[in-house]
This record gives sequence, C-alpha cells and structure tokens, in this order.
Amino acid sequence: MMLQPGILALLLGSGLGAVLLAAAVVPAVRIIRRWDLASGSEEQLRLERQTYLVAAIMRLVMGFQIVFLFLFLQTVDGLAPMFIGAMCAAGSLKVNGFGYPALVAKILTCLLAGLWLILDATDNRASDYPLIRTKYRLLLVITPVLLAETALQALYLLGLEPNIITSCCAIVFSAGGGTVVATVLDVPLQLSRAAFVLSATLTLAAGWAVYRHGRGAILFATASACHFLLSIHALIAFISLYVYELPTHHCPFCLLHREYGGIGYPLYLLLLTLAVTGLGTGLLHRYRAVPSLRTVIPAMQRRLALIALAANAAFLLLVTGSMALSNLRL
Amino acid sequence: MRRALERQRHILDFTLSSLARRRGRNLALLIVYTLVVFLLASVLFLAAALKREAALVLADTPDLIVQRLTAGRQDLVPIRYVESIARIRGVQAVEPRLWGYYFDSLSGATYTLMVSAALADHPGAILIGGGVSRRSEPGEPARPLGKGDVLPFKDADGGVLPLRVQGVFPAASELVTADLVLVSATDFRRLFAFPDGQATDLVVRVRNARERATVAAKISRLHPDSRPVLRDDILRTYEAVFDWRGGVIVLVLAGALLAFVILAWDKATGLSAEERREIGILKAIGWETSDVLLMKFWEGAAVSLCAFFLGVFLAYLHVFFTSSLLFEPFLKGWSVLYPRFRLTPQVQLGQLAVLFVLTVVPYTVATIVPSWRSATIDPDTVMRR
Amino acid sequence: MIRLVDVSKVYNAGRDNAFVAVDGVSLTIAAGTVTALQGPSGSGKTTLLCLAGCMARPSSGRIFLEDTELTSLPERFLTDIRRRTFGFVFQRFNLIKGVSVLENVMLPAYPTGEPHAVVRQRALALLDLLGLAGKGSARVEWLSGGEAQRTAIARALINTPAVLIADEPTAHLDTTLSREFMDSMGRLKARGTTILIASHDPLVRDAPVIDRIVEMRDGRLVAGGEQG
Repeated sequence: MMLQPGILALLLGSGLGAVLLAAAVVPAVRIIRRWDLASGSEEQLRLERQTYLVAAIMRLVMGFQIVFLFLFLQTVDGLAPMFIGAMCAAGSLKVNGFGYPALVAKILTCLLAGLWLILDATDNRASDYPLIRTKYRLLLVITPVLLAETALQALYLLGLEPNIITSCCAIVFSAGGGTVVATVLDVPLQLSRAAFVLSATLTLAAGWAVYRHGRGAILFATASACHFLLSIHALIAFISLYVYELPTHHCPFCLLHREYGGIGYPLYLLLLTLAVTGLGTGLLHRYRAVPSLRTVIPAMQRRLALIALAANAAFLLLVTGSMALSNLRL
Repeated sequence: MRRALERQRHILDFTLSSLARRRGRNLALLIVYTLVVFLLASVLFLAAALKREAALVLADTPDLIVQRLTAGRQDLVPIRYVESIARIRGVQAVEPRLWGYYFDSLSGATYTLMVSAALADHPGAILIGGGVSRRSEPGEPARPLGKGDVLPFKDADGGVLPLRVQGVFPAASELVTADLVLVSATDFRRLFAFPDGQATDLVVRVRNARERATVAAKISRLHPDSRPVLRDDILRTYEAVFDWRGGVIVLVLAGALLAFVILAWDKATGLSAEERREIGILKAIGWETSDVLLMKFWEGAAVSLCAFFLGVFLAYLHVFFTSSLLFEPFLKGWSVLYPRFRLTPQVQLGQLAVLFVLTVVPYTVATIVPSWRSATIDPDTVMRR
Repeated sequence: MIRLVDVSKVYNAGRDNAFVAVDGVSLTIAAGTVTALQGPSGSGKTTLLCLAGCMARPSSGRIFLEDTELTSLPERFLTDIRRRTFGFVFQRFNLIKGVSVLENVMLPAYPTGEPHAVVRQRALALLDLLGLAGKGSARVEWLSGGEAQRTAIARALINTPAVLIADEPTAHLDTTLSREFMDSMGRLKARGTTILIASHDPLVRDAPVIDRIVEMRDGRLVAGGEQG
C-alpha cells in the first residue's frame, strides 16, 4: 500500500461513515417493526426520539460523502505521477480493478443519500409520519451500498503499488481503446451532440411542466436520469475537447485540473444536483395518494423541479460558455 | 424560506452567546483541537512544499544520466562510451560529468565537488555554496568565507592544495547549492587522482521526451554494465518518499488524534448540570428536539471552524515563515551543512480537504450521539423538580 | 377549549417501579376561564398540566385542543402548537442564567423564525406592561423575586398564547407578591386568556379570579371535574 495522508484520510473517513450508518441500522429495524404513532407508550416515544438521531446521521453521511468524493478525486489525481503512464485520475483509477467500480459506487451512494433526504423532508411535513417505514427500508438498502463502496475504495487504495504500468487518459478515452468507456467514443460526434441537445430540451420542458402545472413528474424523473448519463457522455465525447482545445483529449478527469479552472467541479456538482432533484420528483410521485401528503407532495415537487431547472440552466450555461470561449473549432 | 433563515440566525446567535458564557469549559477542547490541526497541517504543508521544490529543482537536471555499475556499486564511466551512445537514434548530445564527494576532516563536513566548464581557464579558483562558506572548525571563531578567501584542500597524495574562493552562490539557491564547490577540471583530477579517460557519469539529452525510456533501454543493451537513470524515475521516487514520510507522520499523530476524539466525546457526554438544566428549560418553553440539535450542530461547527482556521493559520506561519522550526531536529538529521531555505507558501484545497477529513469528521462523529442524547431531554423534566 | 378524555400517564410501564401519575382523568377546560388544580404533592397535578399543555403524550386516552386531536401528533407538530397556544410559568421561574432579561423573554420565539425586530418589539411591550420597563438588559441573577416572576410571565406571553399554565407559581413568593401575581392573572383573564393554575396555596384557591377548582388525589379527579 502507499502510505500517503490523502489515502489515510479517505480510509479513515469512509470507515467512520460506514460505522455511523451501520449504527443507524439498529434503530431503523426497530422502527420498521414496532412503529405505532397512535400509541403513547414509552417505547413509541423512544422510537420517535431515535428518528432524530437517524436523520442527523443521514445528513452527516450525505455531507461527508460529497467531501469524500471530492477528496477521492483530488487524491487519485495527485497520485497520477506515481504510476508510469498515468497523467491524471483516469490512469490512477486503472491501476487495479477496483478503481472505477469504487468511483461509481461513490456516486451511487451520493444519489441514494440525496433521495433519502428528500423523502425525509417530505415525511416530516406531514403530521403522521406517513413515509416512515418506506424511509427506513430505503436506509436498509443504502447501508449495504455504502459498505460495498467503503470496501471497494479500501481494496482499491490498499492495492496501489507505485510501479505498476497503467494507461493514461489518452488511451483510456480514445476510440478503439478497447475499454467500456471508449465505446462511448465510437458514437459519431453529431449524434452525441444531437442527443445532448435533445435531452437538455426535454428535461427543461418536463421540469417546467412540473413547476408550473404540477404535471409530468415521472417523465421529468426519467428525463433527468437520461440527461445525467447523456451529459457525462457529452462531456467525454465533445465538451471536454473544447475545454482542452485539443481534438483528441477526451478525459473527464482532467477537467478537474487547475489549468482548466477546475471547471469539472461545478459541472459535476450541478449534474449530481439535477440528478437527485429530478429523480426525487419522480420518487415522490409514488406517494401522492397518501392522504396526509396530498398537499405536501405537489409543493415539494415544485420546489425540487425549480432547483433542478436552475442546476440544468447553470450547467448548460457553463458548457456553452466554455465551448464559445474556446479556440477550438470542430 | 425567510422563516427558516431567521430561525437559523436566532439559534446561531444563542449558540454563540452560550459558548461565550461557558468559555472555560470549551477552551481546553479548543486548544487541543487547534493543536491537532496545527500539527497535521504543518506536516502536510511541509511535505507538499518540499515536493514542489524538488520538482522545481529537478526540472533543470538532465533527462537521462548514465552511470556504470561494478559489483552492484557505482563505478567510473569510461569516456569512450560517449561515442557509442551518441550514435543511438534520438540522442541529441552526450557529455561526460566529473563530480564527487570531498570530506573536509577539519570541519567534519562533506562537500559535493563538481567540475564546471566556466572555471576551465581559472585553475586554483572555486565557487562555493552558502553551507560551505559558513563552515567552521572546532575551536575557531565562525567567520563566513567570501570572495578572496582561501580554502585548504587535501589532495590524493596527502599534500595541501589551497584554492581561492571566486564567489559564493546566492542564498536563494541554497537548497541545491549549500554544499556545492565548483572547481576546474585540473584541480579536480589532482584532488582525487582521477584517472584520465574516465568520468563520474554521462549526461544524455534526448530529442523527443517520449523516447527517453526507449533510449535508456537501448543504452542498457549496448553497455550491460551501465545504469541509465531517468529524471522521471527520480521525480517519482521523491514524490513517493515525501508522500510516505507524510503518511508515516500522520500515522504517528494518530495517537494524538484518538486522544482528541476521546476528549471531545467525553466533554460532549459529560453535560454539566447547568447545561442540562438549560436545555430542559429550552425544551419546556417551546424549543423542539430539532431546534436543540441545530444548536448543538452550530456549537460543533463554531468550535471546529475556529480550531481549523486557527490551526491552519498557525501551521502556515510555522512552515513558511519560521521554516518549520519545530520540525527542524527531525528534518536535519546528521547533516552538518544544513541549508537555510525559505519555502514558497502555497496551500491547496486538497490539503484542506485531507485536514478536514482527519480532524473535523472524527470530531463530528464522536459528538453526534451525545448531542442527540442531550437534545432529546424531555420537556417535562423541568416541571418535575 | 381543552378536552381530556380518559387520559392516563404511566411512567416505567411494565417494570417493577411502574408509576401511574394520572389515572383515567376526563376534564374539559372552557375558553377564557381560570381553573385551579388542587391536591397534595404526588397527586399528579404537574403531570396533568404537562398533558393539557402538550408537553407530554398520554399513555392512553385522548386529548383535544378545540377540534384538533393532539394525542398522536408527532413532536414537531405538538411543539409547534404548544409554542403558539400555551405559555408556561414554572415553580422556580427557570430563567436562563447569564442571559439578559430581554433575551430570556424572547427565547420561546426563536424557533418560530419570526423576524428579530418584531419579537423584540413585543418583548419590550410586555416588559412595559409588567412594570419591568428599562430592565431589559439586566442579567437575571440580579433580579428580585418579584421581578424574576414577572420576567417569567413575560416570557410565557411572548408568543401571545391563548392559554397560560402556571405550576405552583406562588410557592416561593410572599403574600404581597402572591397577590400581585393573582392580579396579573385577573388582567390576563380580562384579555381573554384561558388560565390553568396548579397550586396548594389557599391564597390562590380563595382568589376571586378563580372560576373553578379541580381537586386531584392519587392521579384521579376527586371533585370539580367529570369522572372518567
């Protein structure tokens, strides 16, 4: 293993996060089994008190996951010079088979934690905790995902050895590079561009429909999810080219480097935001028939749609801005 | 939205005033917290700054150096290797280098002696670095050597070779020149009885950066007793060493970190009767559990932010303005000629993130359950007295 | 206004030291009235006050405030209602030391998110009303008994509650101050506030402002209320 402060911090931090969430499972199970709002028994009062602890833990875990994701990218990128052939995070992650899965798992936990917080906020607005069991069942789903992510990250970090020859992003992210990611680039440029523009328009329109008229939540959620994936594809396929001003540099990780203004960070943060809020809108739609949520859910959906629209608009602005200001002409 | 903000503001106000009221209790924790951040930040800043300096320094070193090994140890390189290497495709130039270590028994210091083409026409003259100029012999008063002073050297036959100082390298370059002495080729060969036709190593310039590794491989094949050393390899090794050292120190500080976390947890669980009464009153007059939890959150955030910024600021001063005064004994080791250097101040967001995860995260995790426990005090406890 | 239907509160249920504080109490408090709760200590007066004032949930039975049922409301809704509807005056005043009089009075309004200036205005007006004008920035440790009591009343009134609940308010007061307190209650009643006082002080019991006396013993109503 490579002994490095960043790696130690990641291992400690993720470990603590996993311990916290695992500790929350115990009250969660008890609440799923014994919750009875109508009873005034001491056990019920105890369970109600524990909901505050679980909610606080979840908020903490969510906040930490974002910090850890940032630290992970920073550390992994900083380690690139240690591996022959790597020039940015793309190469570092390829050093062993756990790198990319760890990254994907991290993003997944961020999304799931965000959805949980949306459910929690909605549940708290109703006077009878209608979603309490749903919430805690979701928690029981998130916990193994987070534990898996911690394990994957640990396996990745502990398996890093500095002399391993790996590939640089130019090879990983080039057409015919023989990786799953490289198949992204086998798609013709015009198609990628068209798909991106279409997806952006659809998502904005659906979001507006939810915000203004309270309709089309499921469509909006689906569109947001697709747009999230298509935006990542677009970043690799053509947007990054404009940022780097090189027709062959497709790497999504070099966007985080200081020489490009670290534009990758706001871009990815905005993408995460629009994914969580879009999916959240769809998730809430399932429960709109619950009597105590009848007014709560449309209001929440409207608010989420507004945030999603703002994130979407900001993302498009950043992207078109960098493309317009670039010296590259494709 | 407006209400939510006002609520936050009110609760934050009250939290800050209650922290001020209980200054004494919180002070001990704050000091330890700041100390932990300070130590960790100092280590991180120093390691990163040294890495940066190393990279800058190495930027001017040759891309490829060829050494020769005999029985696994470095040996002199025959100058005739120059021709065969120069013929390899992609090689722009090959030059022999003459340098070595000279042990000055009078001062106990070891100098790096190097031949400079600039002194070729000036036998008897040397250029010295800051550390050399400050050399002193035991029993003699210290007086820095300057232009015109004579430094006596012992040559290979036991005779004395006095060399006159032509100039001293500027202080800004001390990290690289502290122990450096530049001499002419004739003086060098006399001092060491260096055989003609040999060099210490060869410097190879490769036209295309991407071909360096290939050229190095070709040189190995051409001369099996040679060892080509790529600058990239050196850089990588330096990075690894600094990272590793940084990591080791962080592990060593893990004990301090654990003690700090236990202190934080202990303080959070051991609510004084006064604090418990206060929270009971707040709950009784209409504060909800989430309001009290928010107050506890702001409390932790205020303490953490204070300790974090203070610790980072002090570490910044420590590393960049006092040249890591506290770590000097550990960095200096056995070196007699310790360079005086000023590192370029720079703080990266990544370092702050590492600091945050190593300090604020454990603190928050340790205090969350005690905070919750105190926030869930029943409102009617204050009635039932 | 407040209706308790067969309400019981058991502490440490199912264990050896199980304790029934309130046992099958049914009680209706009409709006605008002043009710006195009498009974020896341990009779469950304080617990009944907590139940009526949304501070505790009953182990069994139902509680209604106007038309809203409070029995199974989660804490955040219950607390919200309590903040808006009820004001509490405690036996030992329970002011926060080290904090000024004005801030003590404003504290219950902090979580509501009302603008600071508005709350401050109201607090100053209340201090005026209770004869504490100019004492706003004084520390509560420096107040006399009577001033502390009036600060406690001001704090109870900051959110303009419809109901005031007082637990043994005259226990640590001399006769003059006790009479002053009952006068304040009279003034509040004139403004339409419903008042519920638990006390075993005959001065309170005999005060003209009291509309009704409810007696409790061993957690049950003995006189003055509806039997469960």
